[in-house]
Amino acid sequence: MAKKPVTFMLNGSERAAFAEEGLNLLEFLRRGIGDLSPKYGCGQGTCGACTVIIDGDTHLACLTMADAVQGRKVETASGLANGKAHPLQEAFMEHFAAQCGYCTPGMLMSAKVLLDRNPSPTRTDVIEAIAGNLCRCTGYEPIIDAILATATLRRPA
Amino acid sequence: MRVESYGTLAEAARAMGSDAVFMAGGTLVMRDVNAGTSASRIVRSADPAMRHIRATGDGFSLGSGVTMAQILAHRELDFLGPVARSVGGPQVRNMATIGGNIFAHHPYGDFAVALLALGARALLAGQGGAKPLEDILRERGRTGGTSQIVAAIEVPRPRDPRAFAFAKVSRIKPKGVSVMSIAAHLPREGGRIRGACVAFGAMGPTPLRASAVERVLEGQSIDAATIARAAQLATDGLDPPTDGLASAWYRREVAGTHLKRLLERMARG
Repeated sequence: MAKKPVTFMLNGSERAAFAEEGLNLLEFLRRGIGDLSPKYGCGQGTCGACTVIIDGDTHLACLTMADAVQGRKVETASGLANGKAHPLQEAFMEHFAAQCGYCTPGMLMSAKVLLDRNPSPTRTDVIEAIAGNLCRCTGYEPIIDAILATATLRRPA
Repeated sequence: MRVESYGTLAEAARAMGSDAVFMAGGTLVMRDVNAGTSASRIVRSADPAMRHIRATGDGFSLGSGVTMAQILAHRELDFLGPVARSVGGPQVRNMATIGGNIFAHHPYGDFAVALLALGARALLAGQGGAKPLEDILRERGRTGGTSQIVAAIEVPRPRDPRAFAFAKVSRIKPKGVSVMSIAAHLPREGGRIRGACVAFGAMGPTPLRASAVERVLEGQSIDAATIARAAQLATDGLDPPTDGLASAWYRREVAGTHLKRLLERMARG
C-alpha cells in the first residue's frame, strides 16, 4: 500500500511520519508517532475515546484520515501536562473522575475545548460538551463535577 | 483500497464510478474503511467551494462540505440550528457534513429530513441546474447509493420562522440515534396551510415525505381536529424498519403521537 509523509504540529512540536493510504489518525498517532494517549474504543465514532483537538475543534481520530492533519495543529491528552498536571487533570484526580480511566483522555480533550471557549459553563453545558464521550463505568457525575470545579478554580475571584 | 484526492469537485465527479465512494466528513465512510468493508476506491476533494455559506434571494446556498458545527455557528441559519444540534455529539458535529447527511443510511440522516421538508434542492458536481432533494433521495432509495457528488444545497428560508419545526425522538439524551425524526414546513396564508411539507426520518430507507399527512393539512388551519386527522394517517404509505432501537410495530404505534406533539407545538406558535 502506498505511503505518504505527513507533517503536522503535535502538542506544539513539529512531527513527521509516513502514513499508509487509508490509515486513520488514531492508528497513525499511536503506531506511527508513538502517542498512546488517544484510545481505541469502537473504531466507528460512537465512544469518543479517541477524541483529539485539531485546529481548536474536537475530532474523532478514528474517523479522520491520517493525512488530513497535514500542516495542521493536533492536541492530545499527552500534551496537557506542562511540568505539572493540567488543572483539569488535577480536578479529575481530586474528584475521582477516572474509574477504569479508558475514556479519560477523550473526556479531557472535550473538557479542554469547552473551558477554552466558555470559562463559566453550566452543568448543562458540560453535559452537552461530553455528550460524545462514553464512560462505560458510567462515572459521569464525578466527571461533570471535576470539569465544573476546574472552571470555578480558573475564574478570577 | 485506494484513496484518490482531487483539487476540484468537477475532477472528483469525473473520477466517480460504481466502485467508488465519495468521502466528505468521514463519519460514515471511515467506519467502513476501519472495518475493511469500504468501496475499493475512496474519492476525496478539498475544493474550497464545498465550504461556502451564501445568502441567496429567498434562502441560502450551502456547500455540501459545510459541517453541522458551521450551521450552528451561523446566526442567520438559526432555523436549522436545532436540526444540526440533534446530530451526533460535538466531535461528530465538527466533522459531519450536510452533503454526507443526504447519503447517511438508516437510522442516520436527520438533517436531510429537515432539508426535505424545506424543499431544498441539490446541485450535482459537474452538472448544471439544481435537482429537488426529494428526487436524489428517491433515487438513493431505489439504487442504494449514488455515483454522483452533491456540490451544494439550496435551502429556502421559511418566510415565517414559526412555519417550520423539527423533532428528533431518541432514547438517549443529549446524544442518541433516531427512533424517528420529523420535520414540518407549514406556510400559512390567511390562517390556512398552503404548501404543506412533512417529512419523516428513520421511517424508511431514506427520509420520506408523509403525503397522506400533507393532504390532510393542506388548506386547513392547524386546529385540534386537523391535528387529530393528521396523526391518524402519520404512517400511511410508510413501511418503517425494525432495528436495534425500535421495531417497525413500535415506530408505527408512536409516530402519530410524535407528529401530534410537533403540530401542537406549531399551533401554539
